Amino acid sequence: MLLIHCPYCGETLPELEFAYAGEAHVVRPDPSTASDEQWRDFLFIRSNAKGPHAERWRHIHGCGRFFNAVRDTVSDRFLATYPAGTPRPDLSLSEDER
Amino acid sequence: MTKFSAFSLLKNAVTGNRGWTEQWPDAEPKKEYDVVIVGAGGHGLGAAYYLAREHGITNVAVIEKGWLGGGNTGRNTTIIRSNYLYDESAKLYDHALDLWEGLSQELNYNVMFSRRGVLMLAHNVHDVQSFQRHVHSNRLNGVDNTWLSPREAKAFCPILNIDESARYPVLGAALQRRAGTARHDAVAWGYARGATARGVDIVQNCPVTAIRRGPDGAVEGVETGRGFIRAKKVAVSAAGHTSVVMESAGVRLPLESYPLQALVSEPVKPCMPCVVMSNAVHAYMSQSDKGELVIGSGTDQYTSYSQRGGLPLIEHTLAAICEIFPTVTRMRMLRKWAGIVDVTPDRSAILGKTPVPGLYVNCGWGTGGFKATPGAAHVLAWTVARDEPHPINAPFTLERFTTGRLIDEAAAAAVAH
Amino acid sequence: MSPFRVPGRGRIDPDRPVAFTFDGKRVEGYAGDTVASALLAQGRHLMGRSFKYHRPRGPVTAGSEEPNALIGTRRGPGRFEPNTRATMQEIWPGLAAESQNRFPDLRFDIGAVNDAAHKVLSAGFYYKTFMWPRGFWDKVYEPVIRAAAGLGKAPSERDPDRYAARYLHTDVLVVGGGPAGLAAARVAAEAGQRVTLVDEHAEIGGTLLSEPQARIDGQAAWDWLAAERDALAGLGVRIMTRTTAIGYYHQNMVGLCERLTDHLETLPEDMPRERLWRVRAARVILAQGALEKPLVFHGNDRPGVMLAGSAQTYLNRFGVRVGDRAAVVTSHDSAYHAAFDLHDAGSAISAIVDVRTAPEADLLAEAERRGIAVLAGHSVTGTAGRLRIASVEVAATGGTGPARKIACDALLISGGWTPSLHLFSHTKGSLAWDAERQTFLPDRITEACHIAGAGRGFWGIGAALRDGAAMGAAAVAALGGEAGARDFEVAADRAGSGESRTELPRGRAAGKSRAFVDFQNDVTAKDLRLAVKEGMRSIEHVKRYTTNGMATDQGKMSNINGLNITAEALGRAAPEVGLTTFRPPYTPTTFGAFAGYHRGDHFEVTRKTPIDGWAEENGAVFEPVGQWRRARYFPQGDEDMDAAVSRECRATRASLGIFDASTLGKIEIVGPDAAEFMNRMYTNPWTKLAPGRARYGLLLGDDGFIRDDGVIGRLADDRFHVTTTTGGAARVLNMMEDYLQTEWPDLKVWLTSTTEQWAVIAVNGPNARKLIAPFVEGADLTPEALPHMSVVACRFDGLPCRLFRLSFTGELGFEINVPARHGRAVWEKLMAAGADYDITPYGTETMHVLRAEKGFIIVGQDTDGTVTPYDAGMGWAVGKNKADFVGMRALMRPDLIAAERKHLVGLLTEDGTTKLEEGAQIVLDPDQPRPMTMLGHVTSSYRSDAMGRPIALAVVMGGRDRMGEIVHIPMEGGSVSATITAPSFYDPENERLKL
Repeated sequence: MLLIHCPYCGETLPELEFAYAGEAHVVRPDPSTASDEQWRDFLFIRSNAKGPHAERWRHIHGCGRFFNAVRDTVSDRFLATYPAGTPRPDLSLSEDER
Repeated sequence: MTKFSAFSLLKNAVTGNRGWTEQWPDAEPKKEYDVVIVGAGGHGLGAAYYLAREHGITNVAVIEKGWLGGGNTGRNTTIIRSNYLYDESAKLYDHALDLWEGLSQELNYNVMFSRRGVLMLAHNVHDVQSFQRHVHSNRLNGVDNTWLSPREAKAFCPILNIDESARYPVLGAALQRRAGTARHDAVAWGYARGATARGVDIVQNCPVTAIRRGPDGAVEGVETGRGFIRAKKVAVSAAGHTSVVMESAGVRLPLESYPLQALVSEPVKPCMPCVVMSNAVHAYMSQSDKGELVIGSGTDQYTSYSQRGGLPLIEHTLAAICEIFPTVTRMRMLRKWAGIVDVTPDRSAILGKTPVPGLYVNCGWGTGGFKATPGAAHVLAWTVARDEPHPINAPFTLERFTTGRLIDEAAAAAVAH
Repeated sequence: MSPFRVPGRGRIDPDRPVAFTFDGKRVEGYAGDTVASALLAQGRHLMGRSFKYHRPRGPVTAGSEEPNALIGTRRGPGRFEPNTRATMQEIWPGLAAESQNRFPDLRFDIGAVNDAAHKVLSAGFYYKTFMWPRGFWDKVYEPVIRAAAGLGKAPSERDPDRYAARYLHTDVLVVGGGPAGLAAARVAAEAGQRVTLVDEHAEIGGTLLSEPQARIDGQAAWDWLAAERDALAGLGVRIMTRTTAIGYYHQNMVGLCERLTDHLETLPEDMPRERLWRVRAARVILAQGALEKPLVFHGNDRPGVMLAGSAQTYLNRFGVRVGDRAAVVTSHDSAYHAAFDLHDAGSAISAIVDVRTAPEADLLAEAERRGIAVLAGHSVTGTAGRLRIASVEVAATGGTGPARKIACDALLISGGWTPSLHLFSHTKGSLAWDAERQTFLPDRITEACHIAGAGRGFWGIGAALRDGAAMGAAAVAALGGEAGARDFEVAADRAGSGESRTELPRGRAAGKSRAFVDFQNDVTAKDLRLAVKEGMRSIEHVKRYTTNGMATDQGKMSNINGLNITAEALGRAAPEVGLTTFRPPYTPTTFGAFAGYHRGDHFEVTRKTPIDGWAEENGAVFEPVGQWRRARYFPQGDEDMDAAVSRECRATRASLGIFDASTLGKIEIVGPDAAEFMNRMYTNPWTKLAPGRARYGLLLGDDGFIRDDGVIGRLADDRFHVTTTTGGAARVLNMMEDYLQTEWPDLKVWLTSTTEQWAVIAVNGPNARKLIAPFVEGADLTPEALPHMSVVACRFDGLPCRLFRLSFTGELGFEINVPARHGRAVWEKLMAAGADYDITPYGTETMHVLRAEKGFIIVGQDTDGTVTPYDAGMGWAVGKNKADFVGMRALMRPDLIAAERKHLVGLLTEDGTTKLEEGAQIVLDPDQPRPMTMLGHVTSSYRSDAMGRPIALAVVMGGRDRMGEIVHIPMEGGSVSATITAPSFYDPENERLKL
């Protein structure tokens, strides 16, 4: 069972409190201008990264907030969690530099 | 190739089993092939076999990063059925089922296809409506599927709990008698033996790191751990790793890879004659010929390539199994493992051409890839050989995600494969 | 005392005899015995039969790695279990143990004919035959094979025992209570860490229990152990025995299975049989020791052949000599000590056969002192004895001199020791081959763990203690504490060395040798070589082809030997051939332990409404809907469902029906941007909906397909009361939160689930208003003030209430929302007041019929995740002038505007009497060959009391352009024809709503 740090609660808690919510940073295009292909990409196309993967979780049995995480999909280890709406952290930098 | 038979077994018994030969050779890759297939699972090996057998294309390599049959082919719970709802799916899986029925003889390799029947349990009125829709649709499609009352279901599988007060009571079940199980490893091995006997190379321990495209955009070959291999056509059949391979050709797919866990009990004498699936609680069980109870679950909630999977899901799955089969609580889990399944948004496969000339893809089988093995391999070979889809896989395009013409088995019935 | 029991030896209690039965015969042992030790004390080795050849077998180990001595155990009804290790099952008075996989009995087993046919039944033989005649596999061959396979019998009764689960958080979890684990626990605990120490045996001590001769810091081993146990307890260390660490999961979660009752004579009330612990540890120390490796030679599987270390354990821990006359064959020093101990306890040692040419001088001297012959540079070429070994045939490995036969009644074998790294493997930590020790040792560590003692290749008690203390200190340091190294002075330590061997040199042709590698699955060295000959190069292929390592010991006895023999056959080094993955659990673990509390009513929560109790008392028949149970109908007398539903429908349309709608999902949407949020979530426009009015809302996914629906009331400019389907409530709220938090975080809106805050009572029928009027304060119920589709906050019987006027039946209807805790009281008052109007409670089935008569859809029944609003004939619900709503863009995709889509329509059977089956498929030509072209299917079908005939809803390709067309529904017994109609049957002009 994974341990997940909720950036809103500031606590590291067991996976059972959280719900996975798919890839992060998938932008919903403007529906009035989006092409069929853009809408497809938004709906369905995913990076499915092997390695660090930016993804969304919801602290569903806690604060209820959606947040983002970078998790290594090979080891399942969380590399970072950060609030929704903030950019993906550059993990090549040290924590102070980010 | 040594022909397998009771006679050859007896002959070898007398001669100290000295007459057996290599079932498939391990090839060093040549510089160039007509067709390279990425992934030596049942689908990839089968496609190579049918390319050679039915299309006369033998200058073929199957390239595998690990050992053949070591991915989902060797990690699934071996359920085979074809009672799918939509015409497209029913045709595809029924095509596979037709091939399964003759596969041991076709390959001269006993894949132990066992038509022991697959029982799908309905636990609420919604399930009943949905499964009856399947039964009716299957009947008109000529696909075997029958509706059973709870008592009939129990008669078919005596350890089933049909107590009306159960948290998930059994309100009925859909039974496909023709459905069943097969020996997963044997499918990979049988195809490998059949394909190599016809001239196909199988290259193991050779990761494909990228697909190379020429200036005209068409496929030129694959970069591998053992150097570049030129190929006129490349078919990717790499299950959970398909996204990663296809990305290198610039093709992004509607796929996500999830852990799928399965487990077996210690072996016991026969206590369960069929396969039982309960989609409502995501638990599946059958008994292997060895006597182990083989149990499958739903996928874990998060994408992963770790082949690890979490404890909570196993707890849930076994709790569900103990509800459906209350006499098994004292049985013991012997081992559990996980595969990586590639899942599409509509839970149906993508099988056919891609926007890249000479590049073909066979992926997105989710939790249902094993049962499709001969059918998928057969039509994939056709598609590669003729550069056009077989009528059976024609609907399973990548374009459907743009147009919205999904084959949504999941939405239609909340049915796992 | 039996002659094999050594007085004064072992940790059993000679003052507490314990009688149990084995295959129906009484056996007496002592408290502290296992089934295996008690039977061995009777001079009995034969305890089981192997899987494939049904060869007679005895215990080869004294622990959980036992592949042979598997038994069934029984304790009264429902408490039978197969495949239990006799080496682990503690005896208790009355235990009924039985042997397995034999017929008619253990000594004479018909299945042993397989053994005679072993040349035919070579590795993978079943892949090569049973193919003809086609179709015989599953009808003839497979049933025979299945009946022969399996080990014990499956339990056939319900299990009366309970299983429990607990969480535990600890600083340091130490797995294994041997010297390394004890030392690690002590160091960590002294440094102030919370320490948990687990061991799978009945008591801690590990190797120390088998080596009482050792002296640690001047104390006898067992005295030291007792003092150490007290010290650990004094330091607050949680010591858990009979507890197996079964799996090592992500981020230092270790699963433990604690066995609480299987060793007890009487079952304490309220005690679970087993308890699954999910332990989250800051640091884990794996001190699981090492497993002894068997030697592989012709005839190495007869009863009486046993690992030398295990024989030593039987002697020192249980006081049992495993034979009167034992021979030893070894490639490791440790077996000498077993021989010496056994000799000193009164057994004769007929010879020590050492496959090495030059054993240690001091061992030779010790042997000589005891008069034990040592045959160095010799190998075993065979054994004899049917149900018990009788002799062993040995020959010099150089090939000089004839083979000689040595009589024995036990043969102790040792091929050296393999670190037990199963849990470490679960973490995906990597192993590296250690050429010097000829074994795999831990390499890359992926979790916060340490491996201590024999697991890292440190042999002997002293080395294990020192390494344990060092790893304990390392764990403390990792946690930010401080602890120093600790030294131990150990005398009479028996650390030795040895050589790793593949199959021993043979006295016969390779093809004739039956040298077992996997005892339980009957895999021989020859089978492994055959697999290699047949082209299997990966250890995974060899394993799967031969089944080596797939028995219930999960390869603990066979993996390393299998690897070495395979590597030899391939002509490659073992590390190049690779190691198969160890998978959880460490030892087989009951399903019940994993299921824990989640059985019966606790399998999954059942949600009940505040009115559920009333429904139950009044004879409702329930149905499960999502997590809820809902009253389906209320039969009177001996009514069946059809009769009850017909009566309930009639009563509602004629006068008054009452329905518990509390399961409806309810979401309160509040904030200055509430209307804008609604505009974006739902297809409908909301801006102009006046407070006090309600509207049917349709929710799509961003793929354009219908996800949910419900009536939504606007209570104020900034407040909406949303209802959802019963099953969809959580999903809808999650979806709303998702869009609100991540797509439109600028909107000032708050969402609150109020499903369980409100009890909802729907009253429908011409007399509905008359019924409720006396209860309502603060609201004008006249049609002018409260028209159809409106909502008002008022008081109902003095309680705060949200009163909706709406109708899912086509009759005048109200939905009374009152605080949940008052739901039942209000319901009962309405029932009492409604007596004058023949008030009739109805359930979900009647609700379904009444709404179908009106053509109202049920999401999930008439839609299936592929239906757009236009398909469902609800284009009117889609706001045409909105800039955006969820699903809007997708509705423009090519396939969603295609002409041949399926439309929701009504269907009336031509004969006016046949009720169609839900799910039945619709075709134009019923006589066409299969596969047929299907246009759609029946989604809802009922007998309609109001219409006096059956009615149905269906989705049909191009259905709205086929009004009046006759279509066909082919059934098993013949085809039914039906006319396509509009999907509304009763009161299409909605006159009845105008009351």
